[in-house]
Amino acid sequence: MKKDIRFVQGNEAVVEAAMYADLDFFAGYPITPSTEIAELLAYRLPKKGGKFIQMEDELSSMCTIIGASLTGKKVMTATSGPGFSLKQEAIGFAVMTETPCVIVNVQRGGPSTGLPTSGSQGDVMQARWGTHGEHAIIALTASNNQDVFAITVDAFNLSETFRTPVILLLDEVVAHTRERLIMPKPGELNVVKRLRTSVPKGTDYHPYLPREDGRLPMSDFGGVHRYNVTGLAHDMWGFPSNNPKIVYGLMRHLVDKIQGHTKEVTRIKEFFIDDAEYLLISYGSSARTALHVVENRRARGERLGLLELQTLWPFPVDVVQERCASANCVMVVEMNMGQIFYEVKKAVADPQKVFLANQIDGSFITPTDILNILRIIQGKGA
Amino acid sequence: MAVKDYIRERFFPHIWCPGCGHGTIMGSMIRAIENLGIKKSDIVVISGIGCSSRICGYLDFHTLHTIHGRALAFATGVKLSRPELTVIVPMGDGDAFAIGGNHLIHSARRNIDVTAIIMNNNIYGMTGGQYSPSTRYGDLATTAPYGNIDQPFDFVKLALGAGASFVARTTTYHATSMIKILEKAITHKGFSVVDVLSQCPTYFGRKNKFASPVDMLKYYKSQTTPIGSEAKEKNPDLIERGIFAQEERPEYCVEYDKIIEKASQRKVTNGKV
Repeated sequence: MKKDIRFVQGNEAVVEAAMYADLDFFAGYPITPSTEIAELLAYRLPKKGGKFIQMEDELSSMCTIIGASLTGKKVMTATSGPGFSLKQEAIGFAVMTETPCVIVNVQRGGPSTGLPTSGSQGDVMQARWGTHGEHAIIALTASNNQDVFAITVDAFNLSETFRTPVILLLDEVVAHTRERLIMPKPGELNVVKRLRTSVPKGTDYHPYLPREDGRLPMSDFGGVHRYNVTGLAHDMWGFPSNNPKIVYGLMRHLVDKIQGHTKEVTRIKEFFIDDAEYLLISYGSSARTALHVVENRRARGERLGLLELQTLWPFPVDVVQERCASANCVMVVEMNMGQIFYEVKKAVADPQKVFLANQIDGSFITPTDILNILRIIQGKGA
Repeated sequence: MAVKDYIRERFFPHIWCPGCGHGTIMGSMIRAIENLGIKKSDIVVISGIGCSSRICGYLDFHTLHTIHGRALAFATGVKLSRPELTVIVPMGDGDAFAIGGNHLIHSARRNIDVTAIIMNNNIYGMTGGQYSPSTRYGDLATTAPYGNIDQPFDFVKLALGAGASFVARTTTYHATSMIKILEKAITHKGFSVVDVLSQCPTYFGRKNKFASPVDMLKYYKSQTTPIGSEAKEKNPDLIERGIFAQEERPEYCVEYDKIIEKASQRKVTNGKV
């Protein structure tokens, strides 16, 4: 069969993948550089009977998708830096109420209004800790359109599997780069359906009583089971509770269901890792620059390798530790002041061998930015 | 069914103070639903944060207790994805018109078929009595120890101005007519706002020289009057109650069905192709 090959930008790849993953409902607010996602879905969703709504602000678009998700729909919103800040309280609500949803944050330069049309990876820690309170979260990223497609489908799958908001942490460069996308055929990628309760009408359904495997089958609003959903700490009925025993159980569950499945959630790509003396670790658009450097140096016989992270949170500590063990030097390549760099330092046995090659001025990180640091590490002078 | 068939007795006693008006509103709401004969599983009640918002836990419907001010945004998601459900949003005055004011005016503008019930006690009760957007000029509150210098919103005028297609006002003293008003608001195809004056004896009453909840109810009796009454002509300070607007206007979910029909070239009813 002929391949369906498209020439699209990253934001379009997100839209195609979301439709592939059975997206039903999107709410958003215009913001550069994510707006194309909303524009395309306004056109695409009603064609299949789905719903699109442009809300009055970023906060309400986050809240709206949570409401829609509780009725059994697959939902998504898309935003960028300032909008991501505004959505944080409601993201915490989705964490607490275990409501599946996907939040795309196309990162741009910050803080504040920052650099709306420039790439950045400054929201890595905000994705982890943006909403208040102790919690776990899943955040994914990708560096090219083909991977953006796959990771977007994954975002929906993990969101349904773990009943959690999943943050798709793209950046302006990936979102606006036009390149080839080979459309996966139906059935080629796994699409996880919502797990619904088998508890029949008339029998007590406990919306917040995890099964033995930690999963909580859902019941759609409008269905036969009427229950309470609250952002307050709650018991298995979904009713508010401040009983320390119940709160402890809830907190452990919220964290363990994700942190305890780090291996299952981890997505990485490896390039020339096995014999790498110098191991680069990168993600998102900066991984493209890192890969360019690695391939060029390999052609010259230098042993460079690249570990590309697609799962940023939960941070794949074990994988990073293991892959870094045999490298003489590790260099984290990112467009911030070291948000993943410090995570890598924490993960490895000998943190003094970890270096940072970064770019924070709004321009895209270049091979020279990486090579300059490499020269210093190799003792060749600046 | 009896009123108790609509509540989750398991979660009683409720948190409302003795003499609070919110229970009266819950009672009238249940009676309105009973009179309309809507099935419990077809109703979603969505609230924000505050004393009012705790109503969710006590009602045996699908209930969603959300974050401060955003209940209407959650309601928009529920209603747009399942237009066949009846969506009711009880809110406090601060919830509806301070932190959540934007969502209220935009819900009104869209005319989405959701019923917003403002449990308006002129105070932030849950946090201990701070002035709200409906606290009158000169009233006392813990954050207005020298008297409030903010001017209050007239919620009815605001809802009308924002384009709500059903707007009414009533009080907890008028519990029986509140039932009729709520019936009409819930049945109305479009965005409905019902401003219900509700007494907070603990925080508003105590600070503002109301000796008891009964005095506050008497105030609602003596200081309100039906829309267009002679009494209002004689005393313009009286607060009017009744139905201010009840208009048929294009409803958002119905309009979206038309979008789906246009885009998909297929027939749509209640959001289903």
